[in-house]
Amino acid sequence: MLAVVAWSASAGTAGIPTSLALRIIVSRIPIVGRALASWLESWSRSAPIDQSVLESAEIIVLEVRLPRIVLGLLVGAGLATTGASFQGLFRNPLADPYIIGASSGAALGASIGILSAGRAGLAALSLSAPSSYIPIFAFVGAVITVIFVYALSTVDGHIPTDTFLLAGVVVGSFVWAVVSFLMVTAGEDLPKVVMWLMGSLSAKSWAHVRMTAPYVLAGTVVLTALGRDFNLAACGEESARYMGLDVERFKRVVILLGSLITAAAVSSSGLIGFVGLVVPHIARMMIGPDHRSLIPVSALGGAVFMVVADTLARVIIPPREVPVGVITAMAGAPFFFYLLRLRKKG
Amino acid sequence: MRVEVCDVRFGYGASGPEVLHGVSLAAEPGTLHGVIGPNGSGKSTLLRVIGGVARPSSGSVFLGGQDIGGLSPRQAAQLVAAVGASEAVIFPFTVEETVLMGRSPHLRFLASETALDVAKAREAMERTGVAHLAERRITALSSGERQRVLIARALAQEPRVLLLDEPTAHLDVNFQVEIMELTQALAHESGITTIAVLHDLNLAGRYCDRITMLSSGQVAACGTPGEVLTEEHLLDVYGVRAIVGRRPELDRPAVFVISGSPRHGARHGGHDGCGKPGGRCEGGMPSGVDDIE
Repeated sequence: MLAVVAWSASAGTAGIPTSLALRIIVSRIPIVGRALASWLESWSRSAPIDQSVLESAEIIVLEVRLPRIVLGLLVGAGLATTGASFQGLFRNPLADPYIIGASSGAALGASIGILSAGRAGLAALSLSAPSSYIPIFAFVGAVITVIFVYALSTVDGHIPTDTFLLAGVVVGSFVWAVVSFLMVTAGEDLPKVVMWLMGSLSAKSWAHVRMTAPYVLAGTVVLTALGRDFNLAACGEESARYMGLDVERFKRVVILLGSLITAAAVSSSGLIGFVGLVVPHIARMMIGPDHRSLIPVSALGGAVFMVVADTLARVIIPPREVPVGVITAMAGAPFFFYLLRLRKKG
Repeated sequence: MRVEVCDVRFGYGASGPEVLHGVSLAAEPGTLHGVIGPNGSGKSTLLRVIGGVARPSSGSVFLGGQDIGGLSPRQAAQLVAAVGASEAVIFPFTVEETVLMGRSPHLRFLASETALDVAKAREAMERTGVAHLAERRITALSSGERQRVLIARALAQEPRVLLLDEPTAHLDVNFQVEIMELTQALAHESGITTIAVLHDLNLAGRYCDRITMLSSGQVAACGTPGEVLTEEHLLDVYGVRAIVGRRPELDRPAVFVISGSPRHGARHGGHDGCGKPGGRCEGGMPSGVDDIE
């Protein structure tokens, strides 16, 4: 993961060497940072760097690239964690973080936010501004939609899994229809909406990181702690209940955490597909289905995968950027196929 | 541990039709108690009520005098284990991982299995003859092997009561006998009160100590196999004409089905909410006939 971070921090049009990027990053680690940085400096034995170059490199690395990298790590980890959790909970290999309507809800929230900003002529509050309130719109949209799906599928205090998934899909379709309707009426703001929907980690600030981090970190820790319960649930609801799991309460907790993680990830980065679906599968093929290790490994894998994909998205046809969702699917799908083939043979 | 079911009523959903109309049953420690009856007579539902998974709308279930309604899922799981009818296995856990899951009700939150838990899982696997499969993926096993793994998982819970829902379904004759002999041994030798829903009347007649026969959510008969498996009961409850003889090798009933009897219909189904004895035939012939060999 460290190697990926260093590579990502240095890759790009500004031409900052890896060693320098690494030095700048470690110098900000509290207490041991300075010592580590000077040790790295002596170790790399590079020519002394001009002060102004150093300063601009520092700004690029610390204010532009690092928040983007950290956000990428968070979003990737969050989506993969949620994907692994939902696949286990719903016993459905096709489940992903977006299956319960969080994505469409976030899209609706974001569209409303973008369009009303456009209407009000608040250019300063547009999509890419660090203080953007679009993430808040998206977050609220996602949460409201999931609550709606949840309420719709609750029967006598139970949530039948099939009903829940179906309700998620149906509500999702409806909300997407509303989003499409809004897009038709969007006018000149349409590209902004489309760009948001495609999902991107570009132009993200520490503010985005601060908004996303608590949900992803806390959620991942708790879901990992529930690993044994996930294993029971993966055996089927009735079996799990006979082995002492309070299935309904467990479902509520997982849906709540998964929705919050997804909402936080989606609202700061848009709809980035594939990570939440495929990374857990890849992790399962590599280390087996035990959720106590599957969830943390998925989180780590998702984080690394996302940053690699995002870095490729930045550098593949400079100076333009490819939406990172395109990269995740283009790189991830063949790799997944390769693993599938490999496993069939073995 | 004695299991006592007292006048249990149960319906799915608040407004749904009632499936059990006041069922009572008592299973003694160390016995194998069979539950039989046509499809839809409420056998599996009764098992779920006994396991505390389904809450009765009235009546109670007592395990060793303790009302299961007052136990948390975890507490209940320390007393009762169950093997479901056919829960699809999706995730490729190994056999050992699967059996170790049975230790969950005895583990604290976040605690991982100790050497003692592993030893108990191993013991359970040896008891059901799957220890040699420990490293195999459960998805790669045959139905008979998988069933023994799931019984091992239930045994790893160290239950006082074991519930089995059609443990021999989809198994060939040799595996049926193997599972039933194992089940009987668990009841008689390990003293686990075992309650099994069974399709096959002859297996029920041969292995069970006592049998409860359900019909449309009510107890139609209960007692020893000889008392329950009679020609009259089979005609009344299943709507089939049968000859009940003796097994040649031991003093147990053997059922030979002669024909279905459309004029004397079975009251199977129970979803019409009709709980009166001697009710009408609502849904044609019971499919349970096919299972009699």
